[in-house]
Amino acid sequence: MLIGHQPKDFLLAVSGLTVSFDGFKAVNDLSFYVEDNEIRVIIGPNGAGKTTVLDLICGKTKATSGSIQFRGKELTKLRENEIVQAGVGRKFQTPSVFEDLTVFENLEISFPRGRTVFGSLTFQRDATVKQRVEEVAEMIFLKDRLDTYADQLSHGQKQWLEIGMLLIQDPDLLMLDEPVAGMSVSERAKTAELLNRIIKGRSVLVIEHDMKFVEDIAHKVTVLHQGQILSEGTMEHVKNDPKVIEVYLGH
Amino acid sequence: MIINSRFFNRSELIGFVALALLLFVILPLSLDIFRLNLVAKYLTYAFVGIGLVLCWGYGGILSLGQGVFFGLGGYCMAMYLKLEASSVENTKIQSTPGIPDFMDWNQLTQLPFFWKPFHSFPITLIAIMLVPGIFAFIIGAAMFKRRVGGVYFAIITQAIAAIMTILIVGQQGYTGGINGITDLRTLHGWDIRTDHAKFILYFIEVVLLFACIIAAQFIRLTKLGRILVAMREQEDRVRFSGYSVANFKIFAFCAAAIFAAIGGAMFTLEVGFMSPSFVGIVPSIEMVIYTAVGGRMSIFGAVWGSLLVNFAKTSLSESFPQLWLFGLGALFIAVVLAFPNGLSGIWQDYVQPHIDRLLASRKSKPGNGFPVADGAPAE
Repeated sequence: MLIGHQPKDFLLAVSGLTVSFDGFKAVNDLSFYVEDNEIRVIIGPNGAGKTTVLDLICGKTKATSGSIQFRGKELTKLRENEIVQAGVGRKFQTPSVFEDLTVFENLEISFPRGRTVFGSLTFQRDATVKQRVEEVAEMIFLKDRLDTYADQLSHGQKQWLEIGMLLIQDPDLLMLDEPVAGMSVSERAKTAELLNRIIKGRSVLVIEHDMKFVEDIAHKVTVLHQGQILSEGTMEHVKNDPKVIEVYLGH
Repeated sequence: MIINSRFFNRSELIGFVALALLLFVILPLSLDIFRLNLVAKYLTYAFVGIGLVLCWGYGGILSLGQGVFFGLGGYCMAMYLKLEASSVENTKIQSTPGIPDFMDWNQLTQLPFFWKPFHSFPITLIAIMLVPGIFAFIIGAAMFKRRVGGVYFAIITQAIAAIMTILIVGQQGYTGGINGITDLRTLHGWDIRTDHAKFILYFIEVVLLFACIIAAQFIRLTKLGRILVAMREQEDRVRFSGYSVANFKIFAFCAAAIFAAIGGAMFTLEVGFMSPSFVGIVPSIEMVIYTAVGGRMSIFGAVWGSLLVNFAKTSLSESFPQLWLFGLGALFIAVVLAFPNGLSGIWQDYVQPHIDRLLASRKSKPGNGFPVADGAPAE
């Protein structure tokens, strides 16, 4: 379905997005646009509605009003799994991996094939699947741990595994919620390297507090405050915006 | 039967062979027909247990209403047997000959429409699986699509079990009421009350049980089996990996319902009647206890649990009829608190390592003749 006024070159077009929980507007008339191959970082103080925005895009939370267009598809009307199949991947803030399954099995479940009940009954672990799993496992530094159960992994390794699970989905839009939170310094560096590699060829929406990390990867930064956009633009522009300094960076 | 090393791992293969030996050889040779028939009755609950392993153990969906599906399967079979026992000659003293006796007592003058298909044996066999399957699908679709899960789902299934009992008891003319459907005689002209028939039925049941074990093992080993485990832990992650969680839950619930229904149909054949006392809340919870005691993560554990708890129930309830229910409750609490994976968990944690060590020591020191290494794993 194509909508006339929809600008064609935007991958993701969020317009007039509002969600209210019992009258409290966590996200209030929010509009922003993400282009193909753009890396957008959302920053803002606690409670600004950053995670809620990701929840709305991936369908975890239903919008009260407004629209989210992804490649011309209205996401607010789709179920979570349909949004994933449309090409949106989401990483949660706390690592959510399947701890009773091995690293291989975790990645295999995310492989985009056999996603129906019947499809998963007849799913075969063929050479394509194995090759892709091994490829991704190498990228996320877990190649020699394929048979390890995920509950044996460290916090950082779990984060990588979840990033790997998204990678194997090969989404057009990747959404990461604080990907380096709770990581050690060396893990942080490795993660930055990993992210820099996987963001090629897709658009990425990242929530992050680590300003050094943001400066490294962001093409454009959106600053949220009380559910609304406070400032938007390059890192340079945002950093020098007096409103931003007052509510966020000044602290 | 296709058993290769990939379908069962070594300890599962030992479990499979041990169970097959016990059920096909040891029990039929060592028990008289009365006791063997009791075992057959216990094993009907093992079907329910296998379903619960998939649905509860793997999928994390606790159903406290499996008695409903057990009962539906049992009633479908009982309706067929009852119609066969209610031929015009057999019922010529009734005011309306040719309908089941309890209908005649309730002043019904013709067979209700939903009884009519059960004149046919093939339709009955299909209905045994289809009726509970469709019912489970409706419940599952209504609940899981609305994201009702966990404790709420368990409570709703329990309510359904209660409603089902009330319905069956209340509609006496159509269902036989509190007495159930009794006085069943022949299956397709074959008298099921003789000792010989009971012996044959036992073997039919064990074959069906192994068919269900293999079916469950097949499901467990596919990607669907792994998605069930994944769903139990991180439902959202499964959803955001592109799967419709509700559909997978519906599948697990329907599969469990169909397994339970096969058990119920066999129960009717083994015991010779079906009544609402196998449908309600208490039997449903007992079925969960058998599975919990055997180990909710183990298909074989569910079979052992059904056998052992029922043996204990029969022997203890004869001597201490009042105490038995307390004992059962205490057993459930003890298992959940101390051994969440039941008997199979105990086996895996305490017995299996010893067997592995024995086998390993025999392998590493070939031919030095330790007598202990020759001992077969005790069952």
